[in-house]
Amino acid sequence: MAIKKFAVACYDDEAVLFPAIDKVRNSGYKLHDVYTPFPVHGLDQAMGLKETDLHIAGFIYGITGTSTAVGFMSWIFTKDWPINFGGKPHFSLPAFIPITFELTVLFAAVGMVLTFCYLNQIMPGVKKHVFHPRQTDDTFVVAIELSEHTSEAEVLAFLKSTGANETNVQVAESEWWYGRFDKKEAYELS
Amino acid sequence: MNERFEISPRLRNTSLALIAVGIIALVAGLFNLKLSHDHVDQTRFWIVLLHNSVFFAMVTVASIFILAATSLAQGGWIVAYRRVPEAIGANMWLFGGIAVVVLLSIVYFFQIDGHNPIFHWVHPDGDAILEGKKAFLNPTMFTAFTVITVALWSYFGFKFRAISLAQDLAPKGKTKLYFYNMKVAALFLVVFCLTMMSTTPWLWVMSIDAHWYSTLFSWYNFASSFVSGMAMIMLWVVYLKNQGNLKIVNKEHIHDLGKFLFAFSVFWTYLWFSQFMLIWYANIPEETTYFKVRMQGPYSIIFYANFIINFIMPILILMARPSKRNYFTVTYMAMIIVFGHWLDFFQMEMPGPLGAHWHLGWYEIGIFTGFIGLFIFAVSKSLAKHSLVTSNNPLLKETIIHQS
Repeated sequence: MAIKKFAVACYDDEAVLFPAIDKVRNSGYKLHDVYTPFPVHGLDQAMGLKETDLHIAGFIYGITGTSTAVGFMSWIFTKDWPINFGGKPHFSLPAFIPITFELTVLFAAVGMVLTFCYLNQIMPGVKKHVFHPRQTDDTFVVAIELSEHTSEAEVLAFLKSTGANETNVQVAESEWWYGRFDKKEAYELS
Repeated sequence: MNERFEISPRLRNTSLALIAVGIIALVAGLFNLKLSHDHVDQTRFWIVLLHNSVFFAMVTVASIFILAATSLAQGGWIVAYRRVPEAIGANMWLFGGIAVVVLLSIVYFFQIDGHNPIFHWVHPDGDAILEGKKAFLNPTMFTAFTVITVALWSYFGFKFRAISLAQDLAPKGKTKLYFYNMKVAALFLVVFCLTMMSTTPWLWVMSIDAHWYSTLFSWYNFASSFVSGMAMIMLWVVYLKNQGNLKIVNKEHIHDLGKFLFAFSVFWTYLWFSQFMLIWYANIPEETTYFKVRMQGPYSIIFYANFIINFIMPILILMARPSKRNYFTVTYMAMIIVFGHWLDFFQMEMPGPLGAHWHLGWYEIGIFTGFIGLFIFAVSKSLAKHSLVTSNNPLLKETIIHQS
């Protein structure tokens, strides 16, 4: 949660976007994020993002579901409320397997959806700063994080030289926040 | 692209040595078991031949199935090593032919005291259940289904290879043969669903326990043979890669095959468990006899080994992404899976005729070795005959830049 200063550049074309990202990374600027109207293949590699750990989280959620199901059913049918079903033993593992399977899938699925939302900072009722209203329409938006020492004019000139058709500097909240209003309004209200 | 595979002397000598071991086992079996006066020995001679020939015929047809399925789905990933399943499928006539000879010999020539110890339905002798199944389970139907099935499989095995080779010679950019291939693939899937997905396992495997039946049995057999067929393809691809062939194949393609090994091991378990759990839960004596002898009887060690090898090991070892991209792990797992599903067929087929007198000894291993040798020999011959990489396939570029 921090207010930061960003240089924003808009591009029309993927063919311009990829070399521009390369140039931004090579010249040492800190790439905040790239916003595109649709998923672009190869963008992760171009931005240098590391492989996601979502599947490890999924495995942990799945194992949690498995042990919850087996543990809970074993406790119920052997200790808490043993019932004789057709002469089967109280601890009948084969009969538990379908429910164990379902709970494994349920835990993994729900857990991974929530983790995915957390990692991408999306959730109903939370808001994130929008750098350019057309980033969901037809514009590729690159945001660079600036420090106090960076010269704004220099950055903007550099971005222009990479083929950006629109550039500006914005001061904005870098993370997500709870509420439906812009952070600026929230500051004005307080 | 033209890339030739030359059979190295080492491969040829190894395969011939394995075949020699198989032939020695067969001859020794002929004298020690077939000509013995012991009924169990005579039965063992035939059931082991049936087990191995049926297993290899089903593994071979799995290659034709993956060709048809990926042709229809326009899967680009397999085109890099499409010649491997094509070469395996082109040998369908050989392994199917051996299976036909063995199966028909058992039906027509094998009997002890007027009854057939393997296929009891050949001589129902007033058995009410077998008399009731006589309309389907009789030698004529068996022969007709077996011969037609193997003939169709062999035809499609040759056909897919012929189309693919013709595509190499076709003018660049022509897709006529590509779409013709899709039509043939669609036709094969119909044949496949009427044979391997239903009648073939009923007749070849399930009718050994003729009193018992399971509606899921053919699916279960399909899953078992399909995953071992994919393992065989994997072993060939890794071998060719090791020899310096198949330059366009990389870790992305290996990863895809690894996914198949993982996913269909889980699929096999799903079907295996579905069949087991319903019978266990309902607990009807006429159904539970099947699992009584396997799970709590003399076969319990194979029953549990089967589950550990074919489910626990693949799911734990192949789950992580890096292990599916590692040549050593996938090779090791492919060998384990082939052996595991060979064991799976073993525990399907042995308990009926042999009961408690089962062996996993020189004869079983010897015949298995012989079949492995024959498989290596025949498939390497087919691979060496033509270029290892297809040319003019519309999906060739897709397969080269493929990312898993």
